[in-house]
Amino acid sequence: MSSPLVPASPIESAAPPLQVVSLVKRFGQVKAVDGISLTLRAGECLGLLGPNGAGKSTLIRSIVGRVIPDSGQVAVFGAPAASPAARASLGWVPQDLALYPRLTAAENLSAFGSYYGLAGKQLHEAIGRCLHWAALEERSRDLARNLSGGMKRRLNMAAGLIHQPRLVLMDEPTVGVDPQSRNRIFEMIEALRAAGTTIIYTTHYMEEAERLCDRVAIVDHGRIIALDTHEALVRASFASRSQVLARFDGSSEAISAWAAARSGRLTDSTAEFTIEHPSEVAALLDSASAAGLQLVDLSLRRPNLESVFLHLTGRELRD
Amino acid sequence: MILPIARTALTALRRDRAALALSFVLPVAFFSIFAVIFGGQRDTTPKVTVILVDQDQSPNSRQFVAALERESSLVVLTHPKAETKGVTPPDYTAATAEQAVKNGDAPIALILPKGFGAHPVSFGPDGAGPPIQMLNDASDTIAPQVVNGMLQKVAMTAMPLVMASQGLSYSEKYIGFFTPEQRKRVDDGMARLRQELAANPNALQSSTAADGGFTGIVRVQQRAVVGENKKSPMISFYAAAIGVMFLLFTASGAAGALLDEAESGALDRVLSSRVTMTTLLAGKLFYNTLLAFAQLAVMFLWAWAVFKLDLFSHIPGFLVMGLTSAVAVAAFGILLASICRTRAQLGALSTLIILVMSSIGGSMFPRYLMPQSMQTAGLFTINAWAIDGFTKVFWRDQPVAALWPQVAVLLAVALGLFLMARRIARRWEYA
Repeated sequence: MSSPLVPASPIESAAPPLQVVSLVKRFGQVKAVDGISLTLRAGECLGLLGPNGAGKSTLIRSIVGRVIPDSGQVAVFGAPAASPAARASLGWVPQDLALYPRLTAAENLSAFGSYYGLAGKQLHEAIGRCLHWAALEERSRDLARNLSGGMKRRLNMAAGLIHQPRLVLMDEPTVGVDPQSRNRIFEMIEALRAAGTTIIYTTHYMEEAERLCDRVAIVDHGRIIALDTHEALVRASFASRSQVLARFDGSSEAISAWAAARSGRLTDSTAEFTIEHPSEVAALLDSASAAGLQLVDLSLRRPNLESVFLHLTGRELRD
Repeated sequence: MILPIARTALTALRRDRAALALSFVLPVAFFSIFAVIFGGQRDTTPKVTVILVDQDQSPNSRQFVAALERESSLVVLTHPKAETKGVTPPDYTAATAEQAVKNGDAPIALILPKGFGAHPVSFGPDGAGPPIQMLNDASDTIAPQVVNGMLQKVAMTAMPLVMASQGLSYSEKYIGFFTPEQRKRVDDGMARLRQELAANPNALQSSTAADGGFTGIVRVQQRAVVGENKKSPMISFYAAAIGVMFLLFTASGAAGALLDEAESGALDRVLSSRVTMTTLLAGKLFYNTLLAFAQLAVMFLWAWAVFKLDLFSHIPGFLVMGLTSAVAVAAFGILLASICRTRAQLGALSTLIILVMSSIGGSMFPRYLMPQSMQTAGLFTINAWAIDGFTKVFWRDQPVAALWPQVAVLLAVALGLFLMARRIARRWEYA
């Protein structure tokens, strides 16, 4: 993917791109954000990883200024959230396809560009740059509602970056897109990163967080329960241990009972175990055989972010 | 199979409160409004406002005026309403009465001319005196009929002395001893009456004579002082009346884009940019105003092209009334959209309110034909003020300066509704 979007002004502020301090937001009895603190480094991509309802979107909307927190502070390059300076520095790609369906791709970009004060040649250039970045140049005159799902997603992203923000918040930008379109979106984000843009990327797909993000914050029940690089997160939870995934023939009750007896768990008919050393696999298989279970498939892997989430919360990421 | 399908539809209807309201509340509301308009007319004749100028000032004319003032179906004005408390304005003259009819203060002005008291009735041996001048607004076709009927009734019941003296004159003249000469006169008189009836058989059937006067006990000379030269009397009224009603529908539909944008998330995105809620609503108001004005312009151009409405000699008035009406309906649409949560709610609420406003406000039925209470209620609608303004421009040929009450009210309504919409739109601003 070529022609990355270089931020409008070079990052020169001494203030961090984003600082969130003790943020709390309640909706009725539900604490959507429960005391989150966070500081972003210039040029990094921070992943917010968590299941649906964890509080990721509320956190993002608080940063954008669309949600007023009950307590805590948000500063964007030192400016309070929702202040004109913060709005100018921020680009938001909402989870919804926030577009005008009856406008063309170029007209959508023109509309959102003008909402950020762009006009004339500056706006024209920005539209061209965004269309190129989103690989939509050939569809620029198509109505947004006639674009494919993946194209709409890319246009949705481009509309959030039309004013060349220094900090970009992406709220699950790959929801509902096919693998091919997802790869294209990844390429767009990588181009953005290469240009030095600071990014917050929320997702509940651990593969995306692993591929795109420098650091990952694991969010659950409105709190950040871990924040580090993904290798560090895995190391902190599992040290050098590995995971064994084994599939067996037989009743799931029997497999589940056997796995539980060996400190493992059954997920989607696959038994999972964490082991210190690969040599422990042999003992595990002997035990299965003794329990009358017939092995179908076996694999050994390094724990991933999903494993970390499971380890930290006792729940699946997609619960 | 039929029952489950009906049950499913019923369940869906029960969950859709907007559709429920449309199904049951709207017909009842409509029925009630028209029942008040027409039902009220059956029980009591709507009052007609009449300006009265007594140029004669004779005992008979004063008696006639006093009798007209006692009529419950007439509101008789001998002078304009006081602008300052305690100071009674001077009585109407023929000129100021004519101007008042032109301004729409009353549909009728009656002028009792000098010499009226000497010969108030149109028959008798001394011949008829000068006729009562009736100046009317041609847009109201009912008021002249009502007023003429009242004049004849009052002549019969309120001037017994006049009627008696005329009868005595008749007796002195025609009865006596019925000499052959008297017989001849009676016969001649009867023959003449027969001849007149043969020559003009409508004279007793219609109260409006070919020369614009009324025949009866008192002679009335009618003259339309408003609309006498209009090619199509009601075109300007209906262009405005129907135009404003559809403007209201268009404005609420266009404002519904706000709900679409809120639902798609576009509104959130817009509000995260440099655009504030006030700017956003002002932009929508501007767009809706232009849209409504364009719709009105098309309507009036059509009326000009097809129905010969005299649009081009009323351009300044049209621009003033068109733009002020457009901004008021635009603000109305934005307020409705800000109140509603969904397009379905907006559709139901706007249909309900617009149809009720249009029926009370005179878009469906001229307000001057409604009972007084309904006419007063109509003042709470955008329709009434807009239609009044357009009527001033196209019917009464009044200058732009005369539109100030309508312009002031419509602009105040626009501002009030916009501020209310801005207040309610806070729900979109932040969570």
